[in-house]
Amino acid sequence: MTAPVALVARDIEAGYEPGLPIVKGATITVGHGEIVALLGPNGAGKSTLMKAIAGLVPISRGAVLLGDVDITRTAAHRMVRRGLAFVPQTENVFTTMSVEENLVLAGHIAPAGTRAARVAAMLALFPDLARQRRLAAGRLSGGQRQMLAVARALMIEPSVLMLDEPSAGLSPKLVGEVFAKLSEIRASGVTILLVEQNARAALAIADRAYILADGRNRHEGAAAALAADPDIAAHYLGLGGADAGVGGRIAP
Amino acid sequence: MSLQFLADGLFAGALIGLGAVGLTLTYSILRFSNFTHGDFISWGAYLALGVVSALTGWIGPAARFMPFSFGWPLIVGGLFAMALTGLLALALDAALFKPLRRTGHGIVMVIASFGASLALRAMLEFLFTSEPAYFSRAIQIAIPIGFGIRVTPDQAAMMGLALVVVIAMHLLLTRTHIGRSMRAVSENPALARVVGIDVAAVIRATWLIGGALACVSGIMLGLTVQIRPQMGFDLLLPLFAAAILGGIGSVWGAIIGGLIVGIAEAGAVQVIGSEYRSAVAFVLLIAMLLVRPRGLFGVREG
Ligand SMILES: Nc1ncnc2c1ncn2[C@@H]1O[C@H](COP(=O)(O)OP(=O)(O)O)[C@@H](O)[C@H]1O
Ligand SMILES: [Mg+2]
Repeated sequence: MTAPVALVARDIEAGYEPGLPIVKGATITVGHGEIVALLGPNGAGKSTLMKAIAGLVPISRGAVLLGDVDITRTAAHRMVRRGLAFVPQTENVFTTMSVEENLVLAGHIAPAGTRAARVAAMLALFPDLARQRRLAAGRLSGGQRQMLAVARALMIEPSVLMLDEPSAGLSPKLVGEVFAKLSEIRASGVTILLVEQNARAALAIADRAYILADGRNRHEGAAAALAADPDIAAHYLGLGGADAGVGGRIAP
Repeated sequence: MSLQFLADGLFAGALIGLGAVGLTLTYSILRFSNFTHGDFISWGAYLALGVVSALTGWIGPAARFMPFSFGWPLIVGGLFAMALTGLLALALDAALFKPLRRTGHGIVMVIASFGASLALRAMLEFLFTSEPAYFSRAIQIAIPIGFGIRVTPDQAAMMGLALVVVIAMHLLLTRTHIGRSMRAVSENPALARVVGIDVAAVIRATWLIGGALACVSGIMLGLTVQIRPQMGFDLLLPLFAAAILGGIGSVWGAIIGGLIVGIAEAGAVQVIGSEYRSAVAFVLLIAMLLVRPRGLFGVREG
C-alpha cells in the first residue's frame, strides 16, 4: 500500500463502560481513495470501533488520525467539519423529517450559497429519493432509507465515508444497487471504510479488508486474497455455502 | 346558555397552549417532565412587572394604547422579561439539570424540578410577597362581538399575539437550522451528533425559547387576573394536559390541546360549576393517556 493515508486508527481500545473494553487494541489504516472492508463475526466489535472513530464511544487507548489531524478526542458533532462522515448501522435517518429536510439539515456546515446545489446533486445521484423528496423518511422502503442515509453523509462532501452495514436487511438485488453506488462514490474520490456482514459483496468491491474478532485484528490483506483463502472463508466469512449476509434489520 | 364561555375558553386556552409549547419542547428534547415550567410563567409575569415599574419609575408614566390597558412600557418590558425568563431557565439548567443529566436518570430530573419549583415560588413570595400585583388597574370595557359574546381589547390583543408566536414557532422549527436541529435532537440525539449538531447548544436554545414562551403566557395571565407567585404552578395540570392531548413534541398539538383544555374548563364552569374546573384538565389528561397515549399529533408512541 503506497497511497498516502486517509484514516488511521492505531491500537484502539474502546467500550461503553469504563474498564470494560469491547475493542481491545484494533488497528486499521485506510489509504486515500481506497475501499476498505471491516469484517468479522457478530459481536466482534466492528460497530463499536466505528462509533469510537466517529466520537460516539469513548476511546481509552490509542489514536485516530484523519489525514494528519489527530481526532482521537474530537467531539462527535465536530467530525463532519473535519470531513469524516458516518452512516450508523441502525436509525440512520431522521424518520420524522422529509427526505429533503434530512439532506438540508446535514448540509448546514456547507457555505450557505452551496447548500441548494448539494441537495440537488444528491437528488440527481439518487433518483429514487428525488421522487420522494417530500416524503417523511420513516415512510421510505428499506433500500431507499439506506440510500438516504448515504446521501445524507455525502452532503458534507467527506474525505472519508464510514458505513456500518449499509446492506443489512436488503434484498440481494438492492444489495447490488447499494454496492454499485459505493463504487461510484469511491470513483468520485471519496475514501470508504465499510463494515459488512455481507462479506462476499464487500470483498468484491473492496481493495483491502480487515477481519476483526473479539475486538482485535485477526487477519488483514488484499480483498481478493482474503476471499480466495479457504481457511478464512470457512472461519470468518461464511462464504463456503449460501449467501452470507442479509440478516440484519434496518431500524426498529 | 351563553356562548361567552367560548371566548373565555379560547383566551385561557391560548395562554395554556403557549405554556404547553415550551413544556412540550423541553420534554421532547430533554426527556423529562419539567415541573418548574409553571414557575417560569409566574417569574415571567413578575419579571415583566419589574421591568415595567422600573421603566415607568425612570421615565414616568406612559400613555395607554387606547383601548388597551397597557402602553409601550409593557411591550418593552415584555420583550426584556422574555429574555430574562429564558436566561432564568438557562441558569437553572446550568446549575441543576445539566449536572444531573450526566447521571442519566429521568426520574431524578423530575424530582429535582419539583424541588426547584418550590424554591422558585418561595423566592417570588420572598421578593414580591404573596399579595396580588397588577400590570394595570385600568378598567377594561368588554366589547360585544355578537352571539352574546364580549371580549376585552386586551384579550383580543393577546389572542393575536398568541397566534403570531405560534406561527413564529412553526417557522422556526420548519425553516431554520436551529429549529430543524431541535427536531433532530428530539428524535435521535446520537444521529444528531453524527450529522454535526451540537446537542448542548440545542439544549440551551430550547431553554431560552421555552422560558420566553412561558413569559408570554405569564403576561397574558397577568393581564387577565391578578399576578400571584402561585399562578403558574396552578396552571401545571392544564399545561401537561394540553401537551399530552396535542402529542408530546408537537407545537400545533400543544396549542390545540391548550384550546381544548381552555374551552372544556370554561364550559364545565358554566355547566357543572367552578368547583370542578381543575378536574377537567385531569379527566382530559387521563382519557387521552388511556385512549391515545401519543396524543392527537404525536409522532412517537408515548
Ligand atoms: N450500546 C451498547 N452498550 C453496551 N454494550 C454494547 C452496546 N452496543 C454493543 N455492545 C456490545 O459490544 C459488543 C460488540 O458489539 P458490536 O460492536 O455491535 O459488534 P459487531 O458490530 O461486530 O457485531 C457486543 O458484545 C455488544 O453486546
Ligand atoms: Mg455491528
